[in-house]
Amino acid sequence: MSEIYISKEKFPEVVGQLMSHGRVYGPVFQGQYHEFARLDKPEDIDLSFQNTRLSPKDFFHPHSERMFTYSLAKDDPERCILKEAPKDYSTKVVLGIRPCDAKAFQLDDRNFDTETIKDPWWVQRRKSTILVGLACNSPCSTCFCTSMDTGPFDASGLDVLMVDVGDGYVARSVTEKGRECISSIKGVQTVPAQAAEKEGQLKKTAEESMGKVLDMKPIYEKKTLELFHDPLWEEVHFSCINCGTCTFACPTCWCFDIQDEVQGDSGDRLRLWDSCMFPLFTFHGSGHNPRSQKIQRVRQRFMHKLKYYPEKYGNGPACVGCGRCVKACPVNIDIRHVARLMSTSCSCPA
Amino acid sequence: MQAYTERIREAAKRLLSDEKVDVVIGFRKGTIPFMNEPYLAKTPEQVDQLVWDGNCGVNLANYLPRRTDRIAVVAKGCDSRNIVEHIVENQIKREQLHILGAPCKGMMDKRRINAELKGREPSSVEETGSEIKIKGQDLDLTLSRSEFLQENCAICIHRNPVIYDDLVGDLVEEQKDVDRYADVRKVEAMSSEDKWQYFDDLISTCIRCYACRNACPACYCPTCFVDESRPQWVGKTIDPTDTRTFHFLRAYHLAGRCTDCGACERSCPVGIKVRQFTKKLEKDVKELFDYEAGINPDMRPALDFHRPDDPQGFIK
Repeated sequence: MSEIYISKEKFPEVVGQLMSHGRVYGPVFQGQYHEFARLDKPEDIDLSFQNTRLSPKDFFHPHSERMFTYSLAKDDPERCILKEAPKDYSTKVVLGIRPCDAKAFQLDDRNFDTETIKDPWWVQRRKSTILVGLACNSPCSTCFCTSMDTGPFDASGLDVLMVDVGDGYVARSVTEKGRECISSIKGVQTVPAQAAEKEGQLKKTAEESMGKVLDMKPIYEKKTLELFHDPLWEEVHFSCINCGTCTFACPTCWCFDIQDEVQGDSGDRLRLWDSCMFPLFTFHGSGHNPRSQKIQRVRQRFMHKLKYYPEKYGNGPACVGCGRCVKACPVNIDIRHVARLMSTSCSCPA
Repeated sequence: MQAYTERIREAAKRLLSDEKVDVVIGFRKGTIPFMNEPYLAKTPEQVDQLVWDGNCGVNLANYLPRRTDRIAVVAKGCDSRNIVEHIVENQIKREQLHILGAPCKGMMDKRRINAELKGREPSSVEETGSEIKIKGQDLDLTLSRSEFLQENCAICIHRNPVIYDDLVGDLVEEQKDVDRYADVRKVEAMSSEDKWQYFDDLISTCIRCYACRNACPACYCPTCFVDESRPQWVGKTIDPTDTRTFHFLRAYHLAGRCTDCGACERSCPVGIKVRQFTKKLEKDVKELFDYEAGINPDMRPALDFHRPDDPQGFIK
């Protein structure tokens, strides 16, 4: 592990150094919100952000991805043979990503990168990306990461964790990739003792400011079917308008749809974000839809995040408490409220 | 606002206790600032959760189609117009409804207020008649309510419900001399190329979540054209062609039906000004047919009815 101190004065130059090695992405204020964007110049990055409006999951799992192309021309000897669409796997640095979002990628890995199943594009993009995170000194009121097995200073999903200690950043590597990245930076200082001390205080303050927002244990302990049949969904589902906002904003919602688009003699096989909120998501070819009702779809989303996933994988909820869905939901359905209902509700059969 | 809340609770309690209605649709206090949640009260005990303030921008008419029970619903001017639409389009029966009319002075634009807060978080928000007082750590801000209204509310000319059974507050003065279409005229004056660019830029951040469609009370088709899969009419990528197709078709489906309630724009997670599409159509329908959607339950919609004197300038 290596560590460095970068003064704020020096920071743009360090960003410039990273940019000279490859693509660098960071939070940029665009229009109304911060979003991750490729930096054209070091000054573009705005680390005073709270979090980006949408999660950075599209670095590895883009909204619309061309997977394969193919020809349907009768005289083409390679007719109907899928050819992988070209991808860019050159190294990139994501600078300023929040610990919760990096943690989310680890949860998503359970779907895209396992012993038996490997999504080649996810895996290669993950490999060629260096995640340089920024700890949250002042978490938002909608944040609840400390209740979701992560935290404002959780370095576990990152390659490097940076902490803003006032006049500069302390950057510590977490992985070998991160160590290489840090060692490549020239002209930086070693971490001054008082900065390291400040870091500890900031961590404590940030974690304490959030406290434990909710307790997941009762949800884990309850029987799945009891929760499934609980009357709470009747209350929760009413206001939902079944848009995909929560799932699209969420860093751990990975579901996708695969579609073919054909024009003339050539076709593309596309992978597109999909959402369990949409009726079409579960619409069978037969015409049957096992989740035809809104209440079933709303239940699915929360049960998947807070019950099915932890039960199946045993590594905590499929939620990192980033609070994006809480902020973005057009009708104020709040996962914290739902989780509380799930943990406290009595299961009286209707 | 507190007075509205009390009168809504009072009416809701009475209607439920007297078994005049089966459910009451209103709002309950939200979990974050500048948001309330649509709420369905089924028992007199649940009624105490109902509230009213400047964060009730969601259009409650959206929750009516396909309901078969007897419903009391709180309705602002725009909600009431969408209720009229539903009645005219046979989505709900007038006899099923007990409309609690809520004369409205405009709903607050959470997006612009949040921008004003610059990341500082409110711990308390108090709404007085003309001001919004926001307090929190490093935060003591008083905003003029009229300057932070949703854009559609600022130019609204139907603040009073057009149809109701009870009122939960006194009727308010309607805004006069409002220029509803200044922004539309600006776009109309552009060259074709500039218009194309303007709309492409407008929707460039769209993530195809369909919040605009789903928040819209007039979007109630059992299967939306976007969700047709046999055949699939619209591509679902975020390629500009696909996104454009969605927004254009959605808007045209609302021609002569949109009440400019602003639900679409309010719901957009990435802040797209989706009303720019529907307002142009609203303006055209007004100019061509002198028709405003959702005003009169006894009038057929402009595009649903032919009159011999309808303008036919498009036939060349």
